[in-house]
Amino acid sequence: MDNLILKIENLNVNVADRAILNGLNLEVRSGEVHAIMGPNGSGKSTLASVLAGRDSYTITGGSITYMGQDLTTMAAEDRARNGIFLGFQYPVEIPGVGNTYFLKAALNAIRKHRGEKELDAMEFLKVAKEKMKIVQMDQKLMERAVNQGFSGGEKKRNEIFQMSVLEPRLAILDETDSGLDIDALRIVANGVNSLRSKDRAIVLITHYQRLLDYIVPDHVHVLAGGRIIKSGSRDLASELEKTGYEAVVAGAGR
Amino acid sequence: MSKTPSAIKDLTEKEYQYGFVTALDQEVIKKGLSEDVVRLISSKKNEPEFLLNWRLKAYRHWLTMTEPNWSQVKYPKIDYQDIIYYAAPKTKKDGPKSLDEIDPEVRKMFDKLGISLEEQKRLSGVAVDAVVDSVSVATTFKSKLAELGIVFCSFSEAVHSHPDLIKKYLGTVVPYTDNYFVALNSAVFSDGSFCFIPKGVRCPMELSTYFRINAADTGQFERTLIVAEEGSYVSYLEGCTAPRRDKNQLHAAVVELVALDNAEIKYSTVQNWYPGDKEGKGGIYNFVTKRGICRGHKSKISWTQVETGSAITWKYPSVILKGDNSVGEFYSVALTNNYQQADTGTKMIHLGKNTSSTIISKGISAGRGQNTYRGLVQIQKTATNSRNYTQCDSLLIGDRCGAHTFPYIEVKNSGSQVEHEASTSKIGEDQIFYCKSRGLSEEDAVSLIVNGFCKDVFKKLPMEFAVEAQKLLGVSLEGSIG
Repeated sequence: MDNLILKIENLNVNVADRAILNGLNLEVRSGEVHAIMGPNGSGKSTLASVLAGRDSYTITGGSITYMGQDLTTMAAEDRARNGIFLGFQYPVEIPGVGNTYFLKAALNAIRKHRGEKELDAMEFLKVAKEKMKIVQMDQKLMERAVNQGFSGGEKKRNEIFQMSVLEPRLAILDETDSGLDIDALRIVANGVNSLRSKDRAIVLITHYQRLLDYIVPDHVHVLAGGRIIKSGSRDLASELEKTGYEAVVAGAGR
Repeated sequence: MSKTPSAIKDLTEKEYQYGFVTALDQEVIKKGLSEDVVRLISSKKNEPEFLLNWRLKAYRHWLTMTEPNWSQVKYPKIDYQDIIYYAAPKTKKDGPKSLDEIDPEVRKMFDKLGISLEEQKRLSGVAVDAVVDSVSVATTFKSKLAELGIVFCSFSEAVHSHPDLIKKYLGTVVPYTDNYFVALNSAVFSDGSFCFIPKGVRCPMELSTYFRINAADTGQFERTLIVAEEGSYVSYLEGCTAPRRDKNQLHAAVVELVALDNAEIKYSTVQNWYPGDKEGKGGIYNFVTKRGICRGHKSKISWTQVETGSAITWKYPSVILKGDNSVGEFYSVALTNNYQQADTGTKMIHLGKNTSSTIISKGISAGRGQNTYRGLVQIQKTATNSRNYTQCDSLLIGDRCGAHTFPYIEVKNSGSQVEHEASTSKIGEDQIFYCKSRGLSEEDAVSLIVNGFCKDVFKKLPMEFAVEAQKLLGVSLEGSIG
C-alpha cells in the first residue's frame, strides 16, 4: 500500500468554454510538500479551485483521485469533510459571523462527518487557544467577524490558523505569500512548517520562489499552458528565479 | 447569482409548520360590516357606552376614508363586506374563570404551537395572554403580577376591570382618525392585550401575547395598549401564526404604548403569520399601526421586530419623543421570500429637547420577494440638540427579488444631528464557496451569512426569542436560492 493521497491524470478543465488545464498530471504522497509555480494565467489558481470543488469549472477529461476516491463527483463540503483544505488567495469576508463561531461550526461539521463527538464552546476554545500560538494569532481577531477588516497579512494568518484547527490530510495553499511583508511571510511560513507531518501533504501554489526560502518543498513543478511542463527538486525553484519562466517554458519545447 | 446552488432548493418542500387548523366550536357572526355589526360586537362584549360611541365615531369616520395606496405593495382590492368581523371559540357562560376551564382543544392547539398555557410548564420568566381569532382565551400568571399592581389581561377584561385607564389612554397615541386601517380597527376591534405597570415597578417577567388566527374568512383586529407609569419597566413580546389557507386574510391591528417619566417599554415582535404558498397564493395581509409616545422626561421606547411571515406586511412602529431626553429605538429584520411583500420601517418624531433615536433596519429579499424600508426622521423646532442614527441594510438572495429604501429626513432646527447609513449587498457565491470549502453545507452557509447580517437586531431580542427568531429565519429562507 503506497501512501498516495492525490493522483491527477490527464486533467482537462474549461472555464466558460475556454480550456485552462490541458492534460495535467500530478501525484502527491503523504508527508510531502509540493510547490507548483508558474507564470500568471498558467492555470495555478484554477487547479486549486478545481481541487476544492468550486462549481464554475467544467472537467472535460481526465481524472482526480483522492485517497482512492473519485474526487470529481464529490461536493465541495464533502471534500472538506474528507480532509481537503484550500487556503484562499483572497479570503472572503463574512460580516456579523464571529471568527470563532465560524471555525467551530466548520470543525464540528468535519467531526460529525467522521463520527466524532462535536465540541462545545468550551472544548473548542481550548483547541483554538492551543493552535493560535502556531501563527501568533491575536485573540482580538478571534472575536471579530470572519476576515472583516483584517489586513492582508491577518487574513492569510487566519487561513493558516483555520488549517491548523481543521487538520487536513491535503492542504492546498493558493498564493499564500501574496500581499505579505517579510515579517508576515515568516510567521505564515513558520505556521505552515509546523503543520508539516507524515500524515499530511501540502501543495503550495506560488508565483515567486521567495516563499520557498522559508518552506522548503520536496518537489517543485512548473505549470505553463495548463499542464506541468517540468518537475524537479528544490533547485528547480532557484533555477527559475535566475532564468525566469520564459526560458523554462521555451526549454520544454513549447 | 447566475448559478443555482441546489442544496437549498430541496428545502422549499418544507411547509409552513403552523399551517394547521384546529376544530374549535366557534361562534361566528355573519360576513359584512355595518353600524349594526359594530353595535353587535360591542354588545357581545357588554361594553360601556363610551366605548360603543367611540367605535361608532371611528366607523363613521372610516366610511369617509379611502384605502391608502402610497406604499410599494400591490394586492387586489379588498372586499370589506366579504370578511367576518367576529369569531370566537365558544365558551361556557362568560368564559373561563381560571386556566383549568379552558377548552381542551384550545389548550391542545397552543401545545401544538409550542406555547403551553399551563403555568407550571412555562418558563417562569414569561406570562402569556393567548388570543384566538377575535378573543383572548387565557392569561397566565395574572395573580402573581397583580401582587405588584401590574395589570396584564385581555383588552375586553380591562374595559370592565379598569375602565378609567382605558378611557384615559385609548386612542391617545393612535387616534381613530389616524389612517384607514386604524379607523377600521377602532370600529371593530374585538380583543387584544392590556398592560399597566404602576409607578416604580419593574415588571419581573416578560409579558407576552400570542395571536392565533384559526377561523376562515375572518379578519383579526386586535388592540394592544401598554401604559408604563413613572420609573417603571416592562418587556413585552408578541408572536403570531395562522393556518395555511388559499384565501388572503386581513389582520389590521393597532398597538399603543405610553411611557411616562423615566419609564421604559421594550416591545418585541416575532411575526410569523402564514406567508402564502410558493406561488403567492393565500397568506395574511398584515396592515398594522404601532406607535409609542415617550411622554415623560427621560422615557424610552424600543421596538424590535422580526418580520418573516405574512403575504404583505405594512407597518411602521414609531415613537413620538415628546419628553425631554427621551429615547426611541427601532430594530428590525424583515424577510420576504417567494412572493411576499414588505413595506416597513419607522417614524421617529422628535419634539422634546436632547431626544435621541436609533434605527437599525435589516431587509432580506429572496425568491421574488419585495422588501421596502420606509422611514421618517422628523426633528421639530423644539427638539434642540437631538440626534438620530439610522442604518439601513439590504441583503439580496437570488436575482428576482427587490430591495427598496425610502428614508425621509426632516430637520427643523440647526442644533441637531442626523446620520444615515445604508448598504445593499448580495450573498455572494464566493461567500458560500468559502463556507463549503470549510465543510459547511450550503444551507448552513446561507443561514450563517444571514444570521450574521441580522446580528445587530437579534442581540436586542430577549434570549428565548432570539433563538426562535434565528430558527424562523432559517425556515423562512428555505428554497430561497434556486
